[in-house]
Amino acid sequence: MTEPTLRLCGRELACRRGGRVLFSGLSFEVAAGEMLMLRGPNGVGKTSLLRLVAGFLAPVSGTVVLQGGRADTPLAQQCHFIAHQNAIKPQLSVEENLRFWLAFLGAGEGSLAADENVRLEEAIAALRLQALRHLPGGVLSAGQKRRLALARIALAPRPVWLLDEPTVGLDTDSQAALCELMRRHLEGGGIIIASTHVDFGMPATRTLEMRPPEQPAAVDGEDDWFGADAAAVQADDDGAAGEGRA
Amino acid sequence: MRAFLAIIARDVRLGLRAGGNIGTAIGFFLTVVVLLPIGIGPDMALLQRIAPGALWIALLLSILLSADRIYTADYEDGSLEVLSTGALPLELVALAKALAHWLIAGLPLAIIAPALGFLLNLELALAPMLLLAMATGSLALSLLASMGAAITVGLRKGGLLISLLILPLYIPLLIFGVSVTTGGSGGPDITWPSYLVLLAIVLLALVVSPLASAAALRAHLR
Amino acid sequence: MFNYLANPNRFLRLQGVVQPWLVALTVMVFAYALYLGLVVAPQDYQQGETVRIMFVHVPASVLGMGIYVFMALAHAFGFVLRHPLADAAAKVAAPIGAVFTLISLTTGSLWGKPMWGTWWVWDARLTSMFVLFLLYLGYIAVWQAVEDPRRAARIAGIVALVGVINVPIIKFSVDWWNTLHQPASLLRMDGPAIDPSILVPLLWNMGAFALLFITLLLYGLRTEVLARRVRQMELAQAGAAG
Repeated sequence: MTEPTLRLCGRELACRRGGRVLFSGLSFEVAAGEMLMLRGPNGVGKTSLLRLVAGFLAPVSGTVVLQGGRADTPLAQQCHFIAHQNAIKPQLSVEENLRFWLAFLGAGEGSLAADENVRLEEAIAALRLQALRHLPGGVLSAGQKRRLALARIALAPRPVWLLDEPTVGLDTDSQAALCELMRRHLEGGGIIIASTHVDFGMPATRTLEMRPPEQPAAVDGEDDWFGADAAAVQADDDGAAGEGRA
Repeated sequence: MRAFLAIIARDVRLGLRAGGNIGTAIGFFLTVVVLLPIGIGPDMALLQRIAPGALWIALLLSILLSADRIYTADYEDGSLEVLSTGALPLELVALAKALAHWLIAGLPLAIIAPALGFLLNLELALAPMLLLAMATGSLALSLLASMGAAITVGLRKGGLLISLLILPLYIPLLIFGVSVTTGGSGGPDITWPSYLVLLAIVLLALVVSPLASAAALRAHLR
Repeated sequence: MFNYLANPNRFLRLQGVVQPWLVALTVMVFAYALYLGLVVAPQDYQQGETVRIMFVHVPASVLGMGIYVFMALAHAFGFVLRHPLADAAAKVAAPIGAVFTLISLTTGSLWGKPMWGTWWVWDARLTSMFVLFLLYLGYIAVWQAVEDPRRAARIAGIVALVGVINVPIIKFSVDWWNTLHQPASLLRMDGPAIDPSILVPLLWNMGAFALLFITLLLYGLRTEVLARRVRQMELAQAGAAG
């Protein structure tokens, strides 16, 4: 499924939220079988970086490329993104929730109905959801909902996992189950980027320490059309009108 | 295709389970139909004359009432983000959501509307054409409603805004929908021309609504 | 050209130079056009003095419709070339267009009282203009409902483009609904059927209204650019304060 040459590279990324620069000039590299841990204080842009890789945010500058991935598929479709929200329907049972995502995300091409059932059972077993499978999503506790959300990433094979605080609300046993799931993904040549405060003890781990910018850096981008730093454009203007009227 | 059907199946199921609002929409429809004779007076001849138009207005208000939940739940619980990372283009996701809304809200209302018409002294001969026109037209009503829902998803006063945005777009459907059943009285018979124009508007909505919905959803997800 | 003007600083500079001249021109043309319309133009032998309402009503209606198309074009431009000034132009144009449409509705109603004996008639044209006014209200409401200006621009653009697709459909369906309206007399292929003594003042008034629109649009754009700049500075300050 995944080739050994898989490599996820972010180069010179800059991100702006609500008019202020979260980070700029940020680069990272994760190879197949490696996990990248994002660390840093709240509001430093960990979630934004994950959303940026998943394609929910456009970087102001810079690129994210998956080398060795499928060229015909957008990066977003090769990523599983576990956000703060769990994407669970309270009216549907645990199994119905999972069956929907399985049908929607697809279990890989050429897979048979039997394969899908196998994957479903595997996902349920991996996150210890057997006893809950017929309960509606609405009655689950916060930790149980989190496990159901995490089971989604075990359903459909995708090489890149983006996990935003995956352990929130999980007890120790469930954390161990998640670690096991992640270990198997890495052994299979997958890539994980996770924002977390817990050390998962994965074999190959890189860490990206994110720090708030010292001062708001000037970044080229659309917002600058209206920003005060648009004054910079005046400098490279032909100078006919000079400083203009104040 | 499988993913497309999966969305329809899930939304229909959600609509039928407790917490779905199809029952509320039908109740609203019934209430509007009862309010009319009370407001206008029980003049049977007058009611007969306004029955098709009144039923159409009640239909489009009821469909609009259930519209603002089309995307809200998916947006709030994060499902919409996952839906946007599937292999299925967001345009088709939007189309599936609109079709599901038609199946659980538009079509049932269109089917019971002629039945409620008897409360308004609707002419018996008009009922089949009214049913046909409403069943067809409600598809466009659902498509436009879901477009409004996509445009206003995540906004605090979304529900009110949908009405302001979408009701003007309902005017052509209302005009041709009504003229399907009122054309028979005097003058040339415009039943089928009206129906064909109605059909053309439905087809146009079938194209425009998914495109506009997907564009709006992308703008909101970014 | 557009690229050059899309930079707000250049725009502000240019607007500052052009504005006084534009205001003066608008006032002069308006004064002359109103003089022609209210004093020089003859009475209509059927409509009497009320025909003079047309010198305000027709330009307001034409611009009311035209500005909506302008907004859609501006947004299409903004979508393709990502010029934020194009979206801002559409945003600023909307209230102006809405007021012109409202003027058209009000003057239509004032004209209707002596002609039809009632303030409001569900005439096809008046009804279409009414629906157009509703479209303007929806569009303006979108800008107010979405907080992030860039997102608001995209959403408003979708609303404007869908609206402009629907304008001819609504027009067609309202005409179908009410076939009692007069045939459009100004836009005939074989030349206008209006007497030159009426047509010339009418064209002057249209020019005056168009100039008024351009003047207001540029003023509004200036305000919009400055307002967004203030917002940017506030955000930057909030960011710096941590």
